[in-house]
Amino acid sequence: MSAQPTDLQDERLIINAGLSGAIKKSRDRIKSGDLGNLPVIIGLFIISTIFQMLNPFFLSSANLSNLLMECAAVGVLALGIVLVLLVGEIDLSVGSMSGLSAAIFAVQFVRNGLPLAFCILLSIAAGAFIGWLYGQIYNRIGVPAFVITLAGLLGFLGLQLFVLGATGTINLPFESPLVQFGQQAYIGHTLSYILAVAVSLLRFGLGYYSAATRRKAELSAPSLTSLAMQSGFMAAALGTIAWYLNKSRGVGWMFVFFIALVVIMDYALRRTSWGNSVFAVGGNREAARRAGINVKGIYTSVFILCSTLGAIGGLLAAGRLAAAAQSSGTGDVNLNAIAAAVIGGTSLFGGRGSAYAAPLGMIVIASISSGLTLMNLNSSIRYMVTGGIVLLAVSVDAVARRSRTSHGRG
Amino acid sequence: MSSQTLTSETVLSLQNVSKNFGAVAALTDVELDIKAGEVVALVGDNGAGKSTLVKILAGVHPQDVGVVKIAGKEVHLGSPAESIKHGIATVFQDLALCDNLDVVQNLFLGRQLRAHRLDEVTMETTAWDLIRQLRAKIPSVRIPIASLSGGQRQSVAIARSLLGNPKLIMLDEPTAALGVAQTAEVLNLIERLRDRGLAVILISHNMDDIFAVSDRIAVLRLGRNNGMFNAKDTSRKEVIEAITGSVDNAVTQRAEAHSK
Ligand SMILES: Nc1ncnc2c1ncn2[C@@H]1O[C@H](COP(=O)(O)OP(=O)(O)OP(=O)(O)O)[C@@H](O)[C@H]1O
Ligand SMILES: [Mg+2]
Repeated sequence: MSAQPTDLQDERLIINAGLSGAIKKSRDRIKSGDLGNLPVIIGLFIISTIFQMLNPFFLSSANLSNLLMECAAVGVLALGIVLVLLVGEIDLSVGSMSGLSAAIFAVQFVRNGLPLAFCILLSIAAGAFIGWLYGQIYNRIGVPAFVITLAGLLGFLGLQLFVLGATGTINLPFESPLVQFGQQAYIGHTLSYILAVAVSLLRFGLGYYSAATRRKAELSAPSLTSLAMQSGFMAAALGTIAWYLNKSRGVGWMFVFFIALVVIMDYALRRTSWGNSVFAVGGNREAARRAGINVKGIYTSVFILCSTLGAIGGLLAAGRLAAAAQSSGTGDVNLNAIAAAVIGGTSLFGGRGSAYAAPLGMIVIASISSGLTLMNLNSSIRYMVTGGIVLLAVSVDAVARRSRTSHGRG
Repeated sequence: MSSQTLTSETVLSLQNVSKNFGAVAALTDVELDIKAGEVVALVGDNGAGKSTLVKILAGVHPQDVGVVKIAGKEVHLGSPAESIKHGIATVFQDLALCDNLDVVQNLFLGRQLRAHRLDEVTMETTAWDLIRQLRAKIPSVRIPIASLSGGQRQSVAIARSLLGNPKLIMLDEPTAALGVAQTAEVLNLIERLRDRGLAVILISHNMDDIFAVSDRIAVLRLGRNNGMFNAKDTSRKEVIEAITGSVDNAVTQRAEAHSK
């Protein structure tokens, strides 16, 4: 008995050891409706197969490298959406927020000639302030976030047009760092491989450290071999991706920046008390309150983060476009961000999802958009296809939720 | 530790507490005192106002009028967080757990160790210690609460009330869903808590459990105090009469019918 770790002593536990065990465990999880990232990965596989058959340029290094760059700006918005969905709310105004942020930046930087860092901070502060405002209205007056942010969608679009003024579009100078970052900054070949190895080693190190502390506390822990295998697999996968993309322009810094934000958010959601509280509020608001959590504070922090990420996404989009236009952040930007979060596996019912939903869902959307563009199909088809996929994703979520209830996974 | 020195200190006292829900007067002028190292059972029929009283003390909803004193000082329990800060731990009748979180996350909700880099290992071992202490049959602490049985959930809710050194623990029907062994463990636990000098409020409909552990029995009837009994020198019949409000009630009638 004492040889068995504390958490594996119950005789009813089905212990799946080793590789076959791991496979069986994930199969059981999927069957019981805990789908994780599986639907997106299957979806991506199908999408890329179809487009590759229709146009062999689709999976070329150059197209993929560009596709990832295209993901970053709206992906950052989607990351904010993941947060509000986790607390069971929605923000319809991230697109307007991003457009407003781009407009503020362009006016201050180009027209008023203020320093770059100041203009960036100003835009981000505007985002944070608007999020704070949403939080206050939500907490004090109790208007549903759906309505508050619908008002924000219109109001801040108006403000964006007002800020831009009569000229409408403000071009950013090509040599400005933001445009360079949005269009020209790719990590070099050597650095990409170093990063791939370093990230994998870091993962191994952290995994090893956590396994060692768990073992010392007599809890179950993954074996050294499985940790090494995971990290090795990760290094190989990242290395292959870097190698393939390096055949053309490589991996853009903007995409790396986006992924870095995702990793930080994932840490905050899973490894901090704030993250636990976010899930708790999304799962059972009253229980969270009775546990002494500052529920209003959690809502405020989530709205602030979402709008701030909206502002950051707007700056990235401005850099990519080298301009702040009246159309920045309008059209399908909002809906793409929401669709990405949902396609990536964030539940609309609150309390379930992960930061990685943002990049995964965004890659799906960018793939569809890129594939259809390659086929010279205009946006009419793109909207319809994306709409269909959103419907599919929401249905998968609803069906999985039912299956979870019957399999006792909440 | 001698419980004698601790018993003198009044942990909680309620004066003239009233609470209305719309047209329903759930509590009217309720008084209650409880000392350290004492178990007070709170009994009453369905809808007598027991849970309402617990929720007032837990900061879920404040009383309309009346005074709550903790250690002799008047306090305002405006939110669950304030109540927790005053050392009041609660096991709610509806448990108030988050279905989407696992056992460890639920236990430590609102009081995680190392807020910015969660100390998962210590939290997990503490969780196992508590579960062992309650002899709760929980197979894994890393599965969502949704996948636990009613009794297992109740054990989690009880375990949660033990964290964070409370001075007063309120248990609202803690054994309603528990098995025989687990019920006995909870009763043992209540006695251990009393010996450690904690004040315990136990709500239960089970007279055996009440007479097994409580020092005093407070009866609520239709939202009002209806007697306070010393468990040692009171019969069940007296308590049941106070609960139902009449000497001739369904319980006594059944007893008579059986004895015939
Ligand atoms: N949130 C609420 N809104 C309106 N009325 C309520 C609310 N909570 C309780 N009540 C009313 O207050 C009265 C007391 O309810 P309470 O839950 O305190 O009873 P109880 O003594 O705990 O009963 P039980 O033994 O069934 O748990 C009931 O008449 C109930 O209808
Ligand atoms: Mg009750």
